[in-house]
Amino acid sequence: MSDQTSQTILAPDGKKESVELESVTIRFAGDSGDGMQLTGTQFTDEAAFLGNDLATLPDYPSEIRAPAGTIAGVSAFQLHFASQDIKTPGDDLDVLVAMNAAALKVNLRDLKDGGIILVDLDGFKEKDLEKAGYAANPLDDGSLGKYRIIRVDITEHTVRAVEPAGVSAKNAGRCKNFFTLGMMYWLYGREPKNTIEWIRKKFAKKPDIAQANEAAVVAGYSYCDTVELFETTYVVPKAPLMKGTYKRISGNEATALGFVAASVQAKKQLFLGSYPITPATDILNELAAQKHFGIRTFQAEDEIAGACSAIGAAFAGNIAITTTSGPGVCLKSEAMNLAVMAELPVVIVNVQRGGPSTGMPTKTEQSDLLQALYGRNGDSPMPVIAAKTPGDCFWAALEATKIAVEYMTPVVLLTDGYIANGAEPFRIPEIEDLPKIEVVYAQDPLTFKPYLRNAKGARPWAIPGTPGLEHRIGGLEKVSPSGTVSHDPENHQKMTIERHEKVASIQTHVGPTRIDGCHEGDLLVISWGGTYGAVSTAVDRLLAEGKKVGHVHLRWINPLPNDLEQVMDRYKQILVPELNVGQLKLYLTGKFGRKMHGLGKVMGKPFKISELVKYMNSMLEAKA
Amino acid sequence: MIESTPSPVLTKKDFVSDMQVKWCPGCGDYSILAALQTVLPKLGIPKEKFAIISGIGCSSRFPYYMDTYGFHTIHGRATAIATGTKLANPDLQVWVITGDGDGLSIGGNHMLHVLRRNVDVKIILFNNEIYGLTKGQFSPTSPMGLKTKTSPMGNVDRPLSPVSVALASGAGFVARTSDNDVKHLSAVLEAAAKFKGSAFIEVLQNCVIFNDGAHQDFYGSQTRKENALYLENGKPLVYGAEGQKGLVHKGFAIDCVDLDDSNRGQVLTHDTTEATGTLAWTLSQFDYPEKPVPLGIFRSVERPAFHEMIDSQIAEARKARGTGDLERLLNSGITWTVD
Repeated sequence: MSDQTSQTILAPDGKKESVELESVTIRFAGDSGDGMQLTGTQFTDEAAFLGNDLATLPDYPSEIRAPAGTIAGVSAFQLHFASQDIKTPGDDLDVLVAMNAAALKVNLRDLKDGGIILVDLDGFKEKDLEKAGYAANPLDDGSLGKYRIIRVDITEHTVRAVEPAGVSAKNAGRCKNFFTLGMMYWLYGREPKNTIEWIRKKFAKKPDIAQANEAAVVAGYSYCDTVELFETTYVVPKAPLMKGTYKRISGNEATALGFVAASVQAKKQLFLGSYPITPATDILNELAAQKHFGIRTFQAEDEIAGACSAIGAAFAGNIAITTTSGPGVCLKSEAMNLAVMAELPVVIVNVQRGGPSTGMPTKTEQSDLLQALYGRNGDSPMPVIAAKTPGDCFWAALEATKIAVEYMTPVVLLTDGYIANGAEPFRIPEIEDLPKIEVVYAQDPLTFKPYLRNAKGARPWAIPGTPGLEHRIGGLEKVSPSGTVSHDPENHQKMTIERHEKVASIQTHVGPTRIDGCHEGDLLVISWGGTYGAVSTAVDRLLAEGKKVGHVHLRWINPLPNDLEQVMDRYKQILVPELNVGQLKLYLTGKFGRKMHGLGKVMGKPFKISELVKYMNSMLEAKA
Repeated sequence: MIESTPSPVLTKKDFVSDMQVKWCPGCGDYSILAALQTVLPKLGIPKEKFAIISGIGCSSRFPYYMDTYGFHTIHGRATAIATGTKLANPDLQVWVITGDGDGLSIGGNHMLHVLRRNVDVKIILFNNEIYGLTKGQFSPTSPMGLKTKTSPMGNVDRPLSPVSVALASGAGFVARTSDNDVKHLSAVLEAAAKFKGSAFIEVLQNCVIFNDGAHQDFYGSQTRKENALYLENGKPLVYGAEGQKGLVHKGFAIDCVDLDDSNRGQVLTHDTTEATGTLAWTLSQFDYPEKPVPLGIFRSVERPAFHEMIDSQIAEARKARGTGDLERLLNSGITWTVD
């Protein structure tokens, strides 16, 4: 079932054989209306309760309800749970749940040889096969010979099971995802207890629906118990996670939480100006629900107003942020430059998605790096930080805010659709472990000058309402330190350099390069952002094989650690894998002039560990 | 809420910055600047509580000349930036300085939304019916047929009325005044300053270089007597040097008639508080020379300001859930412990 060796043990009830596994990857796939995201989330919570490490990857279409049963309408949720430390939602599937023919067709290519396919026969009728583009029924034509197919008329069983609840025929059918969930619970030795509790709470106001869903999940579980569908059940024991209290968190939730924490740490009001855009909207949704923190969320009329309102709030002294995805950044870029020129602290979050243009809104990519670094008019230095995992979004949001207010600069925080929607266990930090964020507003009229820089190169934050500090800022070039408008050539040269030096000086905060694995050797892999999990796991595998490989994962992309160049020199080859066609590679090549290999993937999907391992090995072999 | 705390008596001088004013000699902007510098000290608001925010264009240099907090921002976006400033600190009185191009062309979208939301900002739109800073191209308020550098054969864009736009957007306070009638201008600015909610003021402003005399036919010291209609709440809608003309109903429309004893009783009375805004709308559509040009306050209807509604939701949330506690938030939802 999985990569690891397994051993057979007796199940606790002594009746069935149970096989212990280190890790399992399941994908629940069905129509957008089939409730696959919910099923996946429920299974995830249960895995979390049982102490597994886990990572999830929802994969849904950008259409809310594409025509039922079609390829375009397939929605999936992938879950990787393990008894060891894992960093990705898994490469290949151990189990594929396919609620219809289209779901099978779209997802089959990711299933391991020998993997389990659980199908709902109701989704494989002639019409379904036709919509999915199958000439013959794949369940019958022998094409699935290398897999273990479990055929169940899930819909029919569900409808029968929920009959006592007295719900409509339509609602009865919709419970099939819970029946499926019950089956999966049985297969992995998990009781549906927590899900039942959740159902009762969630549908407290609709007791008939609650009863139906509960009946469905119990029926699915009991069905497996009764019918000899599987020879064995499987056990994935607890993972040795670090001590502490955990919660399951997605990247967008963590980003929102990070900004709440930043505002609490800075003891300043939080303002979010934003416009809904996939896949960033959840950050706005999350923060809109935290009004009791005094957070002002402003759903603006467009992306530009989202950024501009944040700048206006920063001018007034708030912790100001704007959240968006790539196309939104295109619209915000003029405003971002105003923040560069006026030297106001604003954090711009870009939850990257497939581009260019509208691209693939629900699919992941890392192709806005150069936009973040250079996508504005003029010489416009912008600090750029990238989060590496869902939980890390929390820390990255805090850090981005800290740098913005302490250096008086806009900061770009890059996440991506993969880590934004993916989830993992998040170790809840103690308040005293959070970084301190110091905000000092200027107060003294005798010493105040709008562009008088401190040791960090930051100008003072003098907010309206402070007596005696009335001053004017704006997008026109200013004289340092007086802040008056100037078109003087020498002054522009000086100010441009000052802006660059200020951002470059953030290097003191960034610190030296952190290397995992070999500190010198045959191959250095440099990654950034959401590819961390796959790249670090791939490097670990090579290290386990005795290969001399080092891994540098860049958190700050501007500025870079100041010793990165020396680090590069210690390896024979350099690989830069990224979910674009070579943006970090271009940036690093431009800075350091080294020869680097790029591995670019732009399929709207994260890297698989196996493809990285394969590529790294091919590089090592070529040089051997 | 703006609190009127006892503070040293402010004068115009306190609002004059040390920056040299660089508008063209004879520009209408000078008098608007002087008027605002005269009005602000009268409001009883400490000087540090004013924030003046502008976009791009000749008028948008305005904040540099005021000794208040000022922000000269980007083209068309001052209203959006001002929204953030006001929400972040409702204690400030925020003014937006914009023009016909900045506020109605590139910034048209934000103008619509700042007004519909009733963000408590005071917007002065300098309308000279031309792009001045780029040296003379037609604007969204230029009359059809106007020959400019980009319309050598005459402008074919139908102009819009800034007052109509403001009314259609749901602005609570909407007025029109002119740069050459300081008394009227100051009175309108003062009324706007004291209004709670979005206030929109169109100032007919003269660009001496690229569109000189655009408003001359109805706002010159002589022409205004005949062709301007001064709006005063509760007063009859009459105009002309001797008050010899007036507005009367004609079906659903309003007609301008010469008054005599037979129709004087039918003259309409101006009402800035009329809830539907029908009268204000009709007046905003008056086009010279067919109709006189209304000057004054079209509409003044207060309703809850945007920041008040947001602040009251925050208060409500705190009442229901207590003031936000980070530790509690971090530990909320489904959690589990690893020993």
